[in-house]
Amino acid sequence: MTQRAVNDFTIRVATVNGSGSQSSNLVITNAILRLGIPVAPKNVFPSNIEGLPTWFDIRVTAKGYQCRTRDVDVLVALNATTWQSDVASVKPGGVVLHEASYSVAGETLRDDLTYYAVPFAALAKEHFADKGDLRKYLMNMIYVGALAQLLGISAETLEDGLKAQFRTKAAAVELNMNAIRVGAEYAREHFEKRDPYRLEPMTGKTEGLLFMEGNRASALGCVMGGCTVAAWYPITPSSSLVEYFIQYCEKYRVDKESGERKFAILQAEDELAAAGMVFGAGWAGARAMTSTSGPGVSLMAEYAGYGYFAEVPGVIFDVQRAGPSTGLPTRTMQGDVAFAYSLSHGDTKHIVLLPATIGEAYEFGMEAFDLAERFQTPVFVLSDLDLGMNSWLAPPLPYPEKPFDRGKVLTADDLNRVPSWGRYRDVDKDGIPYRTLPGTKHSNAGFFTRGTGHDEEARYSELPDVWKRNLDRLTRKHETARTAVPSPIVDGKGHRLAILAYGTTHHAVVEARDRLREAGIETDYVRVRALPLSPEIATFIQRYDRVYVVEQNRDGQLYGILRTELPTHLVQRLESIRHYNGVPIDAHAIIDPVLAAEREPAVVAE
Amino acid sequence: MTVNLIGLARDVYKGMPTTLCAGCGHNSITNHLIKALYEYGAEPHKLAKMSGIGCSSKTPAYFVEQAHGFNGLHGRMPSAATGAKVANRELLVLGISGDGDTASIGLGQYCHMIRRNVDLTYIVENNGCYGLTKGQFSATADVGSTQKGGKVNEYATIDVCGLAIELGATFVARSFSGDGKQLVPLLQAAFSHRGTAILDIVSPCVTFNDHEGSTKSYAYVKDHDVVLHTADYIAGGREIVVDYEPGDVRDVELEDGSHVLLRKLDLDYDPTDSLLALRTIHEATGRGEFVTGLLYVDTNAQDLCERERLPRTPLVGLEEESLRIDRDEWERLMHP
Repeated sequence: MTQRAVNDFTIRVATVNGSGSQSSNLVITNAILRLGIPVAPKNVFPSNIEGLPTWFDIRVTAKGYQCRTRDVDVLVALNATTWQSDVASVKPGGVVLHEASYSVAGETLRDDLTYYAVPFAALAKEHFADKGDLRKYLMNMIYVGALAQLLGISAETLEDGLKAQFRTKAAAVELNMNAIRVGAEYAREHFEKRDPYRLEPMTGKTEGLLFMEGNRASALGCVMGGCTVAAWYPITPSSSLVEYFIQYCEKYRVDKESGERKFAILQAEDELAAAGMVFGAGWAGARAMTSTSGPGVSLMAEYAGYGYFAEVPGVIFDVQRAGPSTGLPTRTMQGDVAFAYSLSHGDTKHIVLLPATIGEAYEFGMEAFDLAERFQTPVFVLSDLDLGMNSWLAPPLPYPEKPFDRGKVLTADDLNRVPSWGRYRDVDKDGIPYRTLPGTKHSNAGFFTRGTGHDEEARYSELPDVWKRNLDRLTRKHETARTAVPSPIVDGKGHRLAILAYGTTHHAVVEARDRLREAGIETDYVRVRALPLSPEIATFIQRYDRVYVVEQNRDGQLYGILRTELPTHLVQRLESIRHYNGVPIDAHAIIDPVLAAEREPAVVAE
Repeated sequence: MTVNLIGLARDVYKGMPTTLCAGCGHNSITNHLIKALYEYGAEPHKLAKMSGIGCSSKTPAYFVEQAHGFNGLHGRMPSAATGAKVANRELLVLGISGDGDTASIGLGQYCHMIRRNVDLTYIVENNGCYGLTKGQFSATADVGSTQKGGKVNEYATIDVCGLAIELGATFVARSFSGDGKQLVPLLQAAFSHRGTAILDIVSPCVTFNDHEGSTKSYAYVKDHDVVLHTADYIAGGREIVVDYEPGDVRDVELEDGSHVLLRKLDLDYDPTDSLLALRTIHEATGRGEFVTGLLYVDTNAQDLCERERLPRTPLVGLEEESLRIDRDEWERLMHP
């Protein structure tokens, strides 16, 4: 048996959407975690409430890799519709735990797999005939029991996990445990273990870690970042970000005596209105955010341009999904990088944060509000479906030690001290002007915010010099932002080749670099964490023969930005690697092209 | 020097010189607004002047220069005004829009602002045409009304007042830019009202829509204005001294204790009856007329800030200690 078969394989649970498998998937995932083994679950679900196929991949990974893997080693087949293609997806030598009524004859039969047939439906009917609607959930728990028995998870571990999951609901624990026992019992009686896949408890990898979705972490960032206004239009995969924000605010920001709520939730009529609410609130001095995905960002373009030009703070979370158009609403993509960066007509450049981890989903979620107010501009936080909706292992999130940075806001006292002020004067030569908030009790506080051409005093102007001067100041502001946004993370050991990536692509890069090293190819690595690009990026690229720019979109969007912004001699060193099939990138998407190019240099030479 | 309730001179309520055409109805509205804000005693620093795009939306530059203004996007002012109001509920939010800004590109935001009952005064400076792009019909142009070149509007008109009432608006009035006597007290009543106050003000466009054949010309409007009642605004705490005969006056007490006194003319109009309001509007339209006055008012509805149970302290004033989860709770969250 191969070494790989212990604590290093992927389980795929193939079910029908709406059949109640999510909670059983969680039970098995939590049980594996309780053994101290790192897991990386990827929910590959349809844009549908009930009936379409859905897959839940649980990567069991002793090394702690958090990216998807394209290999399926253990299939739990509970969807008759996809049964044949699901079996076809299993790696040679793999395992199929399936509903006994599915035919294993003919085309389905692969003799390189180990089959375990369980009459899930019949068992559920036999044991839980009186449970009505609960029966479908219990049938899924039967799979948990059977799988646990095959992989070596004890009943005690499962029960501990269930207790943690259902907390005080003892009856729910007992009911689910009964179903699990039915499955385990069946497996014990009927199966002789004929495959190498098993779990062994381990230590040192998961202790003290959180297991959290990015949207939840970002919501916590909003709470700790002082966001008080959230305006949104529900859209997959971003809805849960606002829903978690509401949940936390309702728990921690409601005055128990008066019932007063220190936050406003505005469910808007569309994403453009949501953006308008954000910039209206930001103009008035509140920390405001909206959370959306690509189609919503398209609608927000108009206000994003206004926010940039009139210089109004606002935070826009874009949990990216596969586009263009409605695209694949429940699949992932790094598809909005170029769009968000220059969102609007005319000359526009936005600050864009690119979180890769749960820690960054939280920290950038918080920092976005500081940057928005410091730079008086829209700030985009570009998460994606993979980060936002899947659960990831992560260290506990640190308590913020810094106060809010409210930026350059003049109070009535400040106005008493200065002889005059102008809303768009570049007093500090960093391109960032001073602003006042409505409600500031001073006769000089007011100014007229407008999306039309304006001079330093916020007066309407069509004069060529005034227009150009303002655009140039906005460029200076953007330049100032280069060193104020999260700086890139560099892992440089002086190798000849490097990888450049951002966002969730990071996790595939981590694994790819290990495997490339095993194949004799050493790489250095830089992870871009924000736009505008830090000057460190050019410095980094300068040191390498070739830098592979890896991203999850068809057109190489960051590659395009690098080509535009870097000097030509550096652009020539860049090679673009793109992954864009809707499911999260895996290591092979990087390893394969790098190996091909580096082993046959003639092919890459252009 | 003459000053108002809060000790400010009338000049404080003035703004930059207008850049609209001479004789534009919007300029009259600006002057009535200056008078209304002065008499109301609006605090300039608490006034938020919001607008969209179009001739009407330029006007916030022409009054209360000290106040903050937000000249936003075409048809998208209601969302920004909503954000500003929830951020700082102490602001007196005044939205200035036009018929294109409200009834065409901004119809969605207009409707949803009303649904939410955002506490603001929303003025539609309604001239039935697009002035800035040289006179195309807007969605409030009446059927049969003509453009300067003779083109006839064949498309149904959108009545922003009727629509507002249908959507549950809590204060709906219509007036005429040339009738300051009626408009000034209605504006003050709108400022006092807690919730969305819609004021549709017919405001002729002297350049593109003031000809024979237009139903938004000065001449037409003067001839077809059916005045429901005259209005007087009495600030909260002031003694109500009326020289009307009893029974001739409807006294509407607004949420802040102020009153608007409506003296009946031909009709005994009850502005708290929404069905009557809709019928009156539609019947007048059928006769080629339009009714002016306080069409509908409901002083018992909760506004957005109340529904959201926002604290008395504006959200903008809250700092780290009241917004962040405390350390102990955080530890529990991070180490469940």
